Amino acid sequence: MKHFVKGLLMATAATAVLATAGAAQEEPKSGGTLVATLTGTPRVLNPAVQSGIVTGLVGAQMFAAPLRYDDGWNPQPYLAKSWEVSEDGLSVTLNLQENATFHDGEPIKSSDVAFSVEVIKAHHPFKSMFAPVTSVDTPDEHTAVLNLAHPHPALMLAMSGQLMAIIPEHIYGDGQGPKNHPRNNEDVVGSGPFKLVEFVPGEHVIMERYDGYWEEGLPYLDRIVARIIPDSSARAIALQNGEIQLATFEAEPTIVNRIREADGLSVSNDGYGGIGPIDWLAMNTTRGPLKDVRVRQAIAYAIDKNFIMKAVMRGTAKDALTGVHPDSPLYNADVNAYELDLDKANAMLDEAGFPMEDGKRFDITMELVPFPGYRPQTEYIKQALSKVGINVTIESVPDFPSWAKLMGTMDFDMSLDSVYNWGDPVIGVNRTYMTSNIAKGVWSNTQGYSNARVDELLEMAAQENDFEKRKALYAEFQEIVNDEVPIYYLNAVPMHTFYSNKVQNPPITGIWSTSSPMDKVWLKD
Amino acid sequence: MDFLRVLATRLFYAVMLLLAVLVLNFSLIHMAPGDVADTIAQSMGAADAEVMAQIRADYGLDQPFIVQLGSYMGRVLRFDLGYSYFYQMPVTDLILQRLPATLLLVFTAQILALIIGVVMGVISARKPNGILSYFVTFFALFGYSAPVFWTGILLLIAFSLKIQWFPVAGMRDVTLIGGFWAHFFDVARHLVLPVVALSSIFLALYSRLARATMMETLGSDYVRTAKAKGLPSRQVVYKHALKNALSPVITLAGLQFSAVVSGAVLVETVFAWPGLGTLAFQSIIARDTPTILGILFFSALMVIIGNLLTDFALRAVDPRMRGRG
Repeated sequence: MKHFVKGLLMATAATAVLATAGAAQEEPKSGGTLVATLTGTPRVLNPAVQSGIVTGLVGAQMFAAPLRYDDGWNPQPYLAKSWEVSEDGLSVTLNLQENATFHDGEPIKSSDVAFSVEVIKAHHPFKSMFAPVTSVDTPDEHTAVLNLAHPHPALMLAMSGQLMAIIPEHIYGDGQGPKNHPRNNEDVVGSGPFKLVEFVPGEHVIMERYDGYWEEGLPYLDRIVARIIPDSSARAIALQNGEIQLATFEAEPTIVNRIREADGLSVSNDGYGGIGPIDWLAMNTTRGPLKDVRVRQAIAYAIDKNFIMKAVMRGTAKDALTGVHPDSPLYNADVNAYELDLDKANAMLDEAGFPMEDGKRFDITMELVPFPGYRPQTEYIKQALSKVGINVTIESVPDFPSWAKLMGTMDFDMSLDSVYNWGDPVIGVNRTYMTSNIAKGVWSNTQGYSNARVDELLEMAAQENDFEKRKALYAEFQEIVNDEVPIYYLNAVPMHTFYSNKVQNPPITGIWSTSSPMDKVWLKD
Repeated sequence: MDFLRVLATRLFYAVMLLLAVLVLNFSLIHMAPGDVADTIAQSMGAADAEVMAQIRADYGLDQPFIVQLGSYMGRVLRFDLGYSYFYQMPVTDLILQRLPATLLLVFTAQILALIIGVVMGVISARKPNGILSYFVTFFALFGYSAPVFWTGILLLIAFSLKIQWFPVAGMRDVTLIGGFWAHFFDVARHLVLPVVALSSIFLALYSRLARATMMETLGSDYVRTAKAKGLPSRQVVYKHALKNALSPVITLAGLQFSAVVSGAVLVETVFAWPGLGTLAFQSIIARDTPTILGILFFSALMVIIGNLLTDFALRAVDPRMRGRG
């Protein structure tokens, strides 16, 4: 019932949006330069060998994927004009656009798709995306058939956004090895709507429209300049004085609220479902009091989520109750919300054998890595837990690698962490909970969590092609992890897109933000 | 001949110092927890154990420390600073790409701070209890105590947001089309705020020191003699006293040169100035050892050159220095 009402509301909202959009519908205008920002220098521009949102912004403009996704998480044609999953789920056929070419004018062929799959499988960090692909058949120039060892529903999302860049075999297959290929960063030959003009590390990436792009009239923009501005305050000021027109992945609550009040600018947190970032409190379930599920549950009851959402996140973040992002169609909101209940928390801690002595039950440490937004949440949690007699010592970690080392070797009690879903649970969720992935570096199962039923559910869901059945499996998985609290979920990282009102069709539709093509973005005078 | 001997000694020490800088820092970075495989994982949002092991093997990070150090030093002695793990390009290219921006920023800020600092110091020394003197003291204390990243953001809010005189970030407007002078003025416009932010700290130091030494000099016998001789006060101050008062300031400026370079790290980050400072900061966070060492190498070089220049500047203003090695 709840879902039905929610669906109905969403449908009404969508109709309303469509109606207003219809009223204000203007003919898109070609031309102009869009100035966007990057928060750091991309290590590599080629998304086939490097993931991450910085590479994504430029990579997804220069390289096309077979599919793209709409707001409702439905796959749409892109470089593949149509596709087909076989009855047994053991092969996926892609029918490519026939007049598509790479930036050097060479046609994009099915053999390039086969080559790209091979490269991504070997060099992309998300091994689970193409691991079940056993071979790629190329019956003709425009048909590629991906053969699978078992049904692999995650493949659809893995073929969209920045995750499956189609790269030219005649460039990257020249024997120099695609991972450190010199043309990953200069003279890039891509398959997307924009081509590289200039990449100056530390300064900018300039791209211009590829005139030979297969879709008539697209892209609208002449140029995209992605300026590298690491400081978030400087980015906000640059937006306000008109130096830049688009900033994505902005997640600092004070800045979000400031831009919301600025003239001529719009703010949205739509379009990040595929990225799926979640802030959470990781707990090491293998040592000390945190071994006991009752202690972890008590911690969840002692934290006032409401306070975090209102005072710390200042109303900018969505709630997250499980390891699946709330925008995902697989999200299960029907789980324990752990509403603040200090009596219950105290009772559970008593029961777990940690009696209160002189106002204290036990000591525990919490790591603090200098990521934006981590300090206030960490300090709040210390405060909240002191109320139930848990004495938290905050350990400041100087930088990411030091912290990654602590996490990756499970040398911690608790820490804030932000982990991205990357579309399908198989890509970004499983890694945190599978017994087989315990302590394999940062962003693995660093909680040391192990539950045979969870492993079983995740394995079944990974191979279940029926959406409803798959959803039910993930719903049960979410119930279990929500109940056993190896992780206390804080909120969906409040990633926002800031854009000038001149920017039309901003990258807030779909699920991949700027990790998807901006071919339909245009500028109003 | 004397000059050449001095130069040779200095160069010998410089080379030794550079080698020491590299060995020491290589060891220090090695001791820091985590390595570049972790930061590459961070930039990718994932850490597959197999991928991480592959990265470590690719860059030789799985070798024993002494082997890594040996092969690095071997390359440095052949004038090869190595290959950046993170940026995937030769470190020398990476640094030479960024060096001009930093030099422009650092030298402009240093010269500006020196000139304005001395002028402010002299003015306030002539009337130590005047309004102007209090203003200089206040300004100096403010500049010295305000953190430079805060001053930077304040300047941005004032002169980029409220009064839109200067651009927010970067070194040039990439959409600008025009000739040499158009680009020259564009860079100059981008340069103003970072230079003001960076020079604010040093301005304070120099003006305080110039004020103190100037007051001392003005009280000395030869100044009194010059005045007694009937020279106009302006001439006494600027021709006789200033030259003597200047040498401590120049010495300090030389010593502070390394501080200017480290101040540049913060200023560059705030203003997205594409120099060595931001690169240094990011490389340390990224544990990109070859890049960090390359930058330290160049910074040490810059400081050594800065100190040499200071020496020669001192010799130029103070004849007493000329005889000394």
